[in-house]
Amino acid sequence: MTINRRDFLKVSAGAASLAAVGTLGGCASVQTGSAGPKVVVVGAGFGGCTFAKYLKAWYPAANVTLIEPNDHFTSCPFSNTVLAGINKMEDIELPYTYISKLVDTWVPDTVVAIDTAKQTVTTAGGKTFPYDRLVLSGGIELLFDRVQGYDAETQKTIKHAWKASRDQTGVLRQQLEAMPDGGTFVMSVPMSPYRCPPGPYERACMVATYFKEAKPKSKIIILDGNPDIASKKPLFLAAWKKHFGYGTDNSMIDYRPNNMPRSVDAKKMMVGTEFDDVKGDVINVVPPMRAAAVTGLAGVRDGNNGNWCTIDYLTFESKVAKNVHILGDSALTNFPKSGSVANNTGKMCAYALSEIFAGHQPDPAPVVTNTCYSGTGQGTAFHVATVFRWNEEKKSLVPPKDANGISAEESELEMAYMEAWAMNVWSDTLDLPADYKFTAKG
Amino acid sequence: MKKTLAVTLVLAGTLGAVATAQAVDVRARFIAANCSYCHGPDGKSRGAIPSLAGLEPGYFVAQMKAFKDGSRPATVMKKHANGYSEAEYEAMANYFASIK
Ligand SMILES: Cc1cc2nc3c(=O)[nH]c(=O)nc-3n(C[C@H](O)[C@H](O)[C@H](O)COP(=O)(O)OP(=O)(O)OC[C@H]3O[C@@H](n4cnc5c(N)ncnc54)[C@H](O)[C@@H]3O)c2cc1C
Ligand code: HEC
Repeated sequence: MTINRRDFLKVSAGAASLAAVGTLGGCASVQTGSAGPKVVVVGAGFGGCTFAKYLKAWYPAANVTLIEPNDHFTSCPFSNTVLAGINKMEDIELPYTYISKLVDTWVPDTVVAIDTAKQTVTTAGGKTFPYDRLVLSGGIELLFDRVQGYDAETQKTIKHAWKASRDQTGVLRQQLEAMPDGGTFVMSVPMSPYRCPPGPYERACMVATYFKEAKPKSKIIILDGNPDIASKKPLFLAAWKKHFGYGTDNSMIDYRPNNMPRSVDAKKMMVGTEFDDVKGDVINVVPPMRAAAVTGLAGVRDGNNGNWCTIDYLTFESKVAKNVHILGDSALTNFPKSGSVANNTGKMCAYALSEIFAGHQPDPAPVVTNTCYSGTGQGTAFHVATVFRWNEEKKSLVPPKDANGISAEESELEMAYMEAWAMNVWSDTLDLPADYKFTAKG
Repeated sequence: MKKTLAVTLVLAGTLGAVATAQAVDVRARFIAANCSYCHGPDGKSRGAIPSLAGLEPGYFVAQMKAFKDGSRPATVMKKHANGYSEAEYEAMANYFASIK
């Protein structure tokens, strides 16, 4: 028996979807939807969804299976605004309704095993999917065991909020709301490379925005593992000075470089660094991170001491496993780990595979770009933007002259552009319709 | 049961111009798609960043050149314009002009 995509959709409501997926995955010989090469995508985040959408657009015969356990998308971009109280969790939660209809098979499950020799992927539900090409865009794995005391019990109190969800970002917001005026918020910045280099400094702006308005006697201590502000330094320093008294005796923000958190204690509400024990009323520690756990299953974490995945820049194929492609944050590249990059590299990989499937060579000189906006919480925003082009000498994608830089200053105009960026990147990634009603503000 | 024409049509409908642009230069289509995380899918923006779909090619190329030489002030576009060649401006201009 074969099941086509339309029949699959008919039965995919509610509990029936699991049963249907079970039928599809249970038998390797079942052909669903398009008859072309089997492409299995793991992770419906910025990289995985964009890749799946553009591969279906540019090579419709590809048979695309997308595997993702969450029943909706929660955006990390704009999640810091939830901490400011500018948005609620529901404003950054978006549906998988459209992207799940666009792929041949949508599998609501978690990948638990990958056999790169047999070219199969197995899910927690016990289904096995064969692939011609495997695309891993699982984001990051957080390494709690690198911070002493950051065990499962402690994780109930101390949140990282570096993967946005109600249990992380939502709970951290509640903790900030419950904190008395005059309290201290202790937050950390992991060592580079990490997901979203400007994210922690934006987070400080957002929490300061909330404190300024609701708890003006409160303080923010930033424990940065890095020797300095890792992204858009002049712009963040200017914003902290302008809005939050940074550099004066009354500064709301106390920034401490070279202060990597080594331990956490949820009972004493304390973070230990090499130098000090820092007490906080609310503690937000982002542990060290590496490429998503699913890349470990495929044995492709070959770079940077076994933490990230090296790739061929022309195809995003792993350097150590054939027919396995790595997108988004998991890849070891010279691009920042951002949603914009995951979206763009998703297209690049879709373009390369559409060419390969059509019997052509992939483009020998591709281009990808990054732009990261950061909001101040004060109605203004600024950016860093870079174009990366193929460089034959370096065998890498590098910025050409003057195609890299930051805003001259924060502005309200860029806040409007940042909001537009969010709506456009969400629409582009999740295939949202033109009339989709967004509710997030910047 | 096998894959029907209806399914193909439904897919083409959802993908809009991206799917119907098969005739265009695939490289132009790809580099133009790189702009859509800001300018919207198919260059149709949902917010304050201007749409690119349907822009007249002469106007499009003139704007890219003006961003590059600084004669049109910009927040981000100077950096992006500096990353592409004039031939690529034209290829993207033709691609976006073809989107209805
Ligand atoms: C606070 C914060 C603010 C940010 N702000 C910005 C911003 O303003 N602009 C910007 O460009 N970027 C921003 N980012 C960065 C951006 O969120 C990431 O770079 C982006 O999400 C990376 O995309 P990805 O596809 O690699 O991973 P993700 O988007 O995280 O997607 C990974 C997906 O894989 C799934 N998955 C994982 N393991 C499995 C498995 N075994 N089986 C099946 N599915 C699995 C997960 O459930 C998830 O849905 C921010 C990040 C943070 C934390
Ligand atoms: C980071 C978001 C971003 C990206 C990526 C981006 N743009 Fe823009 N674009 C803007 C903004 C914002 C403006 C308004 C001018 C400014 O402030 O830079 C603009 C303006 C333009 C205009 C002028 C439109 C008009 O109606 O006058 C053109 C043309 C344009 N962009 C083309 C492109 C092309 C082509 C690409 C991809 C190669 C691209 N842009 C990528 C944000 C972006």
